[in-house]
Amino acid sequence: MMTGFWTSMRRDLVLATRHKSEWLTALFFFVMVTNLLPLGVGPEVSLLRKIAPGVLWIGALLSTLLGLQRLFSSDHADGTLEQMALSPVPLAWLVAGKMVTHWLVCGLPVVLMAPLLGLQFDLPSRSLGILVLSLLLGTPILSAVGALGAALTLGLRGGGALLSLLILPLYIPALIFGAGAVEADMAGISPQGHLSLLGALLVLSVFFSPWVTSLALRIALE
Amino acid sequence: MSNSVINWFKYASPATFYPLAGRLIPWFSGLAVLLIAWGLWIGLFVAPTDAQQSEGYRIIFVHVPASWLSMFIYCVMAFWSALGLAFNTRLSGMLTAALAPTGALFAFLSLWTGALWGKPMWGAWWVWDARLTSQLILFFLYLGFIALQSAIDDPRRADRAGALLALVGVVNVPIIYFSVQWWNTLHQGASVSLTKAPSMAHVMLEGMLIMALGFWSYAIAVVLTRVRCIILERELTSEWVKRNAVD
Amino acid sequence: MRGYGLYVWGSFGACALGMVIEPLWVRQRLRTIQSRLPKRELKG
Repeated sequence: MMTGFWTSMRRDLVLATRHKSEWLTALFFFVMVTNLLPLGVGPEVSLLRKIAPGVLWIGALLSTLLGLQRLFSSDHADGTLEQMALSPVPLAWLVAGKMVTHWLVCGLPVVLMAPLLGLQFDLPSRSLGILVLSLLLGTPILSAVGALGAALTLGLRGGGALLSLLILPLYIPALIFGAGAVEADMAGISPQGHLSLLGALLVLSVFFSPWVTSLALRIALE
Repeated sequence: MSNSVINWFKYASPATFYPLAGRLIPWFSGLAVLLIAWGLWIGLFVAPTDAQQSEGYRIIFVHVPASWLSMFIYCVMAFWSALGLAFNTRLSGMLTAALAPTGALFAFLSLWTGALWGKPMWGAWWVWDARLTSQLILFFLYLGFIALQSAIDDPRRADRAGALLALVGVVNVPIIYFSVQWWNTLHQGASVSLTKAPSMAHVMLEGMLIMALGFWSYAIAVVLTRVRCIILERELTSEWVKRNAVD
Repeated sequence: MRGYGLYVWGSFGACALGMVIEPLWVRQRLRTIQSRLPKRELKG
């Protein structure tokens, strides 16, 4: 069971290191989106500080979406997905391995990059810590729920736009609690409530998503 | 003993369901017209003008039934989706597909009437109130479902993928509603929330319930008609369609 | 309607519009499919 998980994870990590461009583009997309915003909204710091949590979180949301499209499509194209479905190891474990890799490749860099961008929005240093914590809890949710969307829209035309239309409504609770945690901290209220709810969402989505995604894959592979 | 066992699956096959739907549609459409006419009569003429919101509150006679119906239809879609995935019955997928457009229409109507109600009461077309925002997200869920189904050509995969999305969606609706509620109360300063429904005089509540029943029978009639279209579209080549073609 | 006419008739009108167009559209869709079906020889 676990060996299947580790092998699928290691395999995807090796693939990711070979094609660095995939996840680097998603990371630079995150940086670009968050840097574009002050150009649109204006340089006054008080406003930027107010909207910073929302911007950083929406940037993380969109860059995860960007990285999701190739999660299953390359394996689907060359048939390894069928092999994975036929293998004795339950598909859910293999899918979980792919999800963890997607998080390591697309989610973690965003978490590490966020404080740097937070400084651009003049976030107080304590809130930067909460921002990193909320993103650390939040980005795995984005990967887990997003993987389900990627499985549902496997091989469909208009994949990217369709994927975002399906998945963005499901991202809303994570966005609300994630961005809310940082805002609460900046407003002086303790972000404990938000972070614990975010943790609850994390546990829920990480627990159910591999199974549901493998169901969706079996539907898509029929 | 066996004859007393209800054959649950008697109407599960499209061939037997098609004529049944045909017989039901006139009844439900007639019922819908009667109930809506009666409800409108109460809502517009019998109900007294509200002390605080004078005439504007009459919009609840359409806004609330539309909102209830949009949420209820999504739950019915999830029910048929679960059934379809469990028993692999084709008809459940057809019913889910038939329900979605009507649900999306009522979600849109609920938003439209909610905005029109908000304008006179709070001076803003769109109020980021928890219920209105959740209704907006429900509307996106409907659009996502319809977009997914239209992007898949093979009906079998479309049904099953749609069913899975509807089930995931219905699990998320309470979570979304709770998080939007939490988000709304925290930003209380920034937005104004719809006050509790105006103290419901008996006649107002009665009018609204009649309208709701009218909307429900309307929805049943339309969905049954659409499911007949879907049945025909998918079963054109099958034998029973050729035999008793037009009825 | 003391000034609320626009809003009340705006919402009732939108609902009426939606709930009239949708049935007509669906019935029309049914008619087109049924017309494409092979007619039964003896109409009875």
